[in-house]
Amino acid sequence: MEYEPVIGLEVHAQMLTYSKIFCGCSTTFGEGPNSQTCPVCQGMPGVLPVLNKKVVEFAMKMSLATSCRINPECVFARKNYFYPDLPKGYQISQYALPLAEFGYVDIELNGGNKRIGITRIHMEEDAGKLVHDEHNPSSYVDLNRTGVPLIEIVSEPDIRSAEEAAAYLRRIHEILVYLEVCDGNMEQGSFRCDANVSLRPRGAEAFGIRAELKNMNSFRNVQRALEYEIKRQQYVLEGGGEVVQETRLWDDTQGVTHSMRGKEEAHDYRYFPDPDLVPIQVSDAWIDEIRRTLPELPLEKRERFLREYGIPAYDAGVLTASRALADYYEAVVKLSGKPKAASNWVMGDILRFLNEDRRDIRDCPISAESLAEMIVLIEDGTISGKIAKEVSEEMYRSGKPPRVVIEEKGLVQITDEGALEKTIETVMAANPAQLEQFRSGKDKVFGFFVGQVMKATQGKANPQLVNDLLKKMLPGT
Amino acid sequence: MKITKDEVAHVAHLARLEFDVEETEKFTSQLNDILLYMEKLNEADTTGMEPMTHAIAQKNAFREDAVLPSLPIREALSNAPDPKGEFFRVPKVIE
Repeated sequence: MEYEPVIGLEVHAQMLTYSKIFCGCSTTFGEGPNSQTCPVCQGMPGVLPVLNKKVVEFAMKMSLATSCRINPECVFARKNYFYPDLPKGYQISQYALPLAEFGYVDIELNGGNKRIGITRIHMEEDAGKLVHDEHNPSSYVDLNRTGVPLIEIVSEPDIRSAEEAAAYLRRIHEILVYLEVCDGNMEQGSFRCDANVSLRPRGAEAFGIRAELKNMNSFRNVQRALEYEIKRQQYVLEGGGEVVQETRLWDDTQGVTHSMRGKEEAHDYRYFPDPDLVPIQVSDAWIDEIRRTLPELPLEKRERFLREYGIPAYDAGVLTASRALADYYEAVVKLSGKPKAASNWVMGDILRFLNEDRRDIRDCPISAESLAEMIVLIEDGTISGKIAKEVSEEMYRSGKPPRVVIEEKGLVQITDEGALEKTIETVMAANPAQLEQFRSGKDKVFGFFVGQVMKATQGKANPQLVNDLLKKMLPGT
Repeated sequence: MKITKDEVAHVAHLARLEFDVEETEKFTSQLNDILLYMEKLNEADTTGMEPMTHAIAQKNAFREDAVLPSLPIREALSNAPDPKGEFFRVPKVIE
């Protein structure tokens, strides 16, 4: 029988605030254990959590960017369970009345676009971190993460393959980072994903029994874990067995998922409205105010780049991968007036330099002004494209503007006809054999002469002019 | 009966409480009385009323996104029965 996977994803994204969601403790990553806690996030009796307004605004931005409907009123609820990383015995989350619902994003696949529904987006607090002792029956608790603001983005079970899941995640990640509401750092846990997977006979309506996958901390691992889990379930079903509804952990090193035995899975959280936190009312005016702050989103930007700059879709995709890169490219276009040349330089040399040094575009030593100036210098014939490669390398190394580099290195293109004619004469005199070959009709030797002239001028001769002069000066042409 | 012994045992387990047979019976009976009394609320006519989640009418209590000093680590750990270094130490939880 042929099976069809049905996948739904839950993304947890850390909101990029300075302070925690319900108290003033810092959210800075990587500080000493338990150095960022207070009575509120430690869950001491008698404390009162107060909601960080920025968290609501950031969550609203993401909701609007994914076409969700923001509920006029939403409420925090207590999700009750015991685990040592949760000092209060409950997590403050949202349940019956979440911030936003009924959204979607469009993903690009090889066979065209597909719309993936978003069930809901809600706000919640993160739990602490556990470090397990390898030699003793102890675990160590760090509560710095406790109370760090998260939003949970729950997709509809619209995803049908591991590739679609990866494309969906990339889209969600890209939007969050564009909005500057999440830093998107997967290694530090600012962007995490759980997946619900089940199989059903192709064409069937009803869903099969699902497993929940956790512990996948990269796009690649999400895809690998899903591929593995789909195969595993298929194997179970084909063998006449039944998939067990359970949580499974992805093991990156072994490339398999393991059942999460041991942790009790009583999904009986006894949610109820948190009496400490009053309801949040979101007016239309507030929604409009947030909507006005939304930047151009990646898909819109991509389409505009295609339209305005006439660059290939692939280029537009690369150049809009981050907002900073897109801004850089647009600044270069604006200053140089050459969208295609700008795209070639940014996608080629600039990104290569940056990738080699694992540097962000925001730290690029070549400013948009400098790159634009260099493009203009190529266009007006001051330097050749070949020399420009050398210039750009020096610009990247020293951070100097192109004119300074060209002057310092004496790289200005030779466009003086008299000087070039002299060089050509010298080259012809030095290569009598090739001259003879040319005379006897071997056109291929023409290229040899071009090369020799360029070599003699250290690549500074204007290539077009060299061509023209050679045609004129070489015998028999 | 509004609540069974099994339900009481289940909720007790979720709350990590341990009751013997006598206690379970006693609490079942007490909870039953309480829930029967709560039934009185069902006599009120709530047609057209929005469900309330909170007892007060206030909405939108916010704070600005400003960092305040956290507790010094020594104080943060001062209630921990068995701290280790800068950590709280707990019995190992197996994943």
